[in-house]
Amino acid sequence: MSTLSDRPRNSVVGEAVPHESAALHVTGRALYTDDLVSRTRDVLHAFPVQAPHAHALVTRLDVTPAHAVPGVVRVLTADDVPGVNDAGVKHDEPLFPSEVMFYGHAVCWVLAESLEAARLGASAVVVDYEPLPSLVTVTDAIAVASFQGAQPHLERGDVEAGLDRSTHVFSGDFEFAGQEHFYLETHAALALVDENEQIFVQSRTQHPSETQEIVAHVLGLASHEVTVQCLRMGGGFGGKEMQPHGFAAIAALGATLTGRPVRLRLTRNHDMTMTGKRHGFHATWRVGFDGDGRLQALDATLTADGGWSLDLSEPVLARALCHIDNAYWIPDVRVNGRIARTHKTSQTAFRGFGGPQGMLVIEDVLGRCAPLLGIAAADLRRRNFYSAGQATPYGQPVRHPERVVTAWDQVLTTSDFAARTAEVTAFNLAHEDSKRGLAITPVKFGISFNLTAFNQAGALVHVYKDGSVLINHGGTEMGQGLHTKMLQVAATTLGVPLPTVRLAPTRTDKVPNTSATAASSGADLNGGAVKNACDQIIERLRTVAGGRLGINPADVRFEGGQVHGVGDPSACIPWAELVRQAYFQRVQLWAAGYYRTEGLHWDSSLMQGEPFKYFSYGVAATEVEVDGFTGAYRTRRVDIVHDVGESLSPLVDIGQIEGGFVQGAGWLTLEDLRWDTGDGPTRGRLATQAASTYKLPSFSEMPEVFHVSLLQDAHEDGVVYGSKAVGEPPLMLAFSVREALRQAAAAFGPPGTSVDLASPATPEAVYWALEGARAAGTKAEHRHLVEGSHLVEGGHGIVPAQPGPDAHALHPISERWANGEAADAGAAGAVDDESTGPGEHVGAHR
Amino acid sequence: MLVVNDAPTTLDLEPRVSLLDALREHLHLTGTKKGCNQGACGACTVLVDGRRVLACLTLAMQVEGREVTTIEGVGPHPLQAAFVRRDGLQCGYCTPGQICSAIGMVAEHRHGAASVVTDDVTTTPDLTPEEIRERMSGNLCRCGAYNGIVEAIVDTAPAMAEMAPALTPVPA
Ligand code: FES
Ligand code: FES
Repeated sequence: MSTLSDRPRNSVVGEAVPHESAALHVTGRALYTDDLVSRTRDVLHAFPVQAPHAHALVTRLDVTPAHAVPGVVRVLTADDVPGVNDAGVKHDEPLFPSEVMFYGHAVCWVLAESLEAARLGASAVVVDYEPLPSLVTVTDAIAVASFQGAQPHLERGDVEAGLDRSTHVFSGDFEFAGQEHFYLETHAALALVDENEQIFVQSRTQHPSETQEIVAHVLGLASHEVTVQCLRMGGGFGGKEMQPHGFAAIAALGATLTGRPVRLRLTRNHDMTMTGKRHGFHATWRVGFDGDGRLQALDATLTADGGWSLDLSEPVLARALCHIDNAYWIPDVRVNGRIARTHKTSQTAFRGFGGPQGMLVIEDVLGRCAPLLGIAAADLRRRNFYSAGQATPYGQPVRHPERVVTAWDQVLTTSDFAARTAEVTAFNLAHEDSKRGLAITPVKFGISFNLTAFNQAGALVHVYKDGSVLINHGGTEMGQGLHTKMLQVAATTLGVPLPTVRLAPTRTDKVPNTSATAASSGADLNGGAVKNACDQIIERLRTVAGGRLGINPADVRFEGGQVHGVGDPSACIPWAELVRQAYFQRVQLWAAGYYRTEGLHWDSSLMQGEPFKYFSYGVAATEVEVDGFTGAYRTRRVDIVHDVGESLSPLVDIGQIEGGFVQGAGWLTLEDLRWDTGDGPTRGRLATQAASTYKLPSFSEMPEVFHVSLLQDAHEDGVVYGSKAVGEPPLMLAFSVREALRQAAAAFGPPGTSVDLASPATPEAVYWALEGARAAGTKAEHRHLVEGSHLVEGGHGIVPAQPGPDAHALHPISERWANGEAADAGAAGAVDDESTGPGEHVGAHR
Repeated sequence: MLVVNDAPTTLDLEPRVSLLDALREHLHLTGTKKGCNQGACGACTVLVDGRRVLACLTLAMQVEGREVTTIEGVGPHPLQAAFVRRDGLQCGYCTPGQICSAIGMVAEHRHGAASVVTDDVTTTPDLTPEEIRERMSGNLCRCGAYNGIVEAIVDTAPAMAEMAPALTPVPA
């Protein structure tokens, strides 16, 4: 059997094939969850009653007026729940809350014959509230120490000694915003009760197994009584990893109670006001450099704005801590993490999963400090790259650090970086009211779920008697091309043409106990499982073919739908014929495949281990032009070299890189989530709850020139066909946009101006940044201490908070079960221990 | 009475039903997608008498007696093949709207409509990538498949212009 990463010649993997559903998409035939409604009879529609308070007790809930609305069939409340009233795996997310925890929290759901009737019914429900004080911003929460979950601590070496030996010490703070997923398809579920009380839920979920688990615990059923299917998603980006469960459970509960199919589909406003987003963070830091700009020490405290419940905040925070180094060697490091509990949506997974937030901190530090060190930002970054033999602060050796150097050098060359830097300088000298910036930044991103247990996957491969192949695996398709890659993997392993293989939708009754399609790991894990299943079948067919060809089975080759002896393609058997013969010889023609990533270990209480199979690398250079009157800017050119190993599917991979970059640029420059932080009646309301007020990247913001290349000679040993994951890492290539904006803003001030740039760097933020740079020009002698800037040089400066004596250093709540610890131990570590309750369903995440 | 994808269709709806809901919920033409239902994303774009409209902001009543073309009715069209070839999609949710919008956009351009990036509005500019990006900017793609979409439109624009219907003035 070939090893996992060996790629046969002329393989189907590596071909630039279109997305497997492309023909369906361009004709409108591709079905999404909510498209199934018109194919289902007697459907009831669900609509939520949303609370108009950020924090309040529900003192009275009167649903009777809703029943007077024509068409209303039932109102679902906590009293209807036969199992556990909980939408999460940590038992801190009541499905029907008695305490409202954020503005827009759904307190009950109305079912009706039409969506309109359900909406009218929901507005007829009477709810009385007793408003309570609320915390809306992360700084509000820090001020009163409102934290939840684990407070991880990552340390290597002696930070104080590192700072002492540094020539330059700076300190600062930085608060940056989260991001709305805005998958174009909002959350939806369609549930029905099948024969024999079997519950069938169609859900757009990245994690069907967990949706199944939550539906089962809400209904008080066993998992085998619930089946979840996900045809495909209109975008996921992490927003459909934890968030779909409650909605699926509402639909399933309604179907159980009424005996009719129930459809739940959020409007865009519902989706934006009710579902979690990327975590915004607050960071305080101290950093030390030697005289040559080499990083010596970093002391930082990161506080993630977790929102009202824990959700995936613990693993998101862990990944942030594990990525604060990005591609840089920092000898002495201490990073503390905390999760603020605020009265907002429960923030959750979003492409990068904390990695981008950790990396943004160090990129911000380097971008701000470079001018003060008198070193060009590109040189400062390059100077601090990892080299062979070094390890991350959490103890994982950095394999292939030379790849980031190769990619860096390639981008410098292909983007003509040196000449264009000179052009930018000349342009800036010649133009007073507009300035350009050209920045280059690296990405190093760890691939695998941090929590080792999740790094497993299953697949089911059927070969039918006519030679056609049907595959099924545990991963879900959200546009990232996973299904396309899985078809290619199966065709390659079986040695058949791509059209011989078909893929069936993801269902929990086909492949059980799957992990979320997340952490970029979908192709690595499921590809390993699909290949394993195909390998089993091939081994059996090899014997049949060897007998027929009269050769040693080990010498049989499967290529292009033909089976022949090695080096002798003349005597060959068509695939379908061999399969048929095997059937008559009573050879099993299907197999269940399984894969688990080898070599991983992680201790989350110590924050040490080797949690990642490998690192993905990439480099981007971006040039921008900023208008000095308004802060408006445009992206003139982007050059990217990205490492996807040996690509499984180049068209898909390039699409992921472009799309990831665009989404990252959206997070860092355009997308501005605003909550009402005032003390009025709408305190805590999300003010940007539609695309009209929440600016997303559109065609207009695309770079004028956009070059993307895959890093060559990048075979990755020990991963399916030598490939690497691609979903998340390219998002962080967009740091180059932000750094280019910072440099352009700095050019409005005197040389050496350090610019404090807000994130997102909207035109308004860029305007204030360049105003700050101009102000620095008027008092040049104080350029190190620009007014209003939170950056201090020397001394104690802004000292990051250190964990208190009672800070929780055990495994996060989310890993209790996996570690065999009692799930309901009161010592949950949450400052606010309401967040845990009794429960046998505590699961684990990432 | 209206014509949907060449088929005369009669609908009995209350007056507030949008064209989008009429298509999806009543005619079961689910190819047209609902991304925001408030005119901000473009996912619901269809063609009415050859012009692109947002079906979520159009009442079904308004298209009485007119010809509606949805993604189910545009093909086979060379732009569809170009989207496949150029990888102008990922999750595909915006794709029907992108394709209808692009077809309508080329028709508008052919009839001389200027855009905000057009320097000289007295002449019809070439459909450069810059013009295409500007004219398509009402169609969001959260997956960021914009490069592929622009390439697909560039590839197909001449053929689309040939096929573009004569646009009648917009009724008052
Ligand atoms: S659904 Fe019509 S524009 Fe978004
Ligand atoms: S392909 Fe997903 S929104 Fe465009």
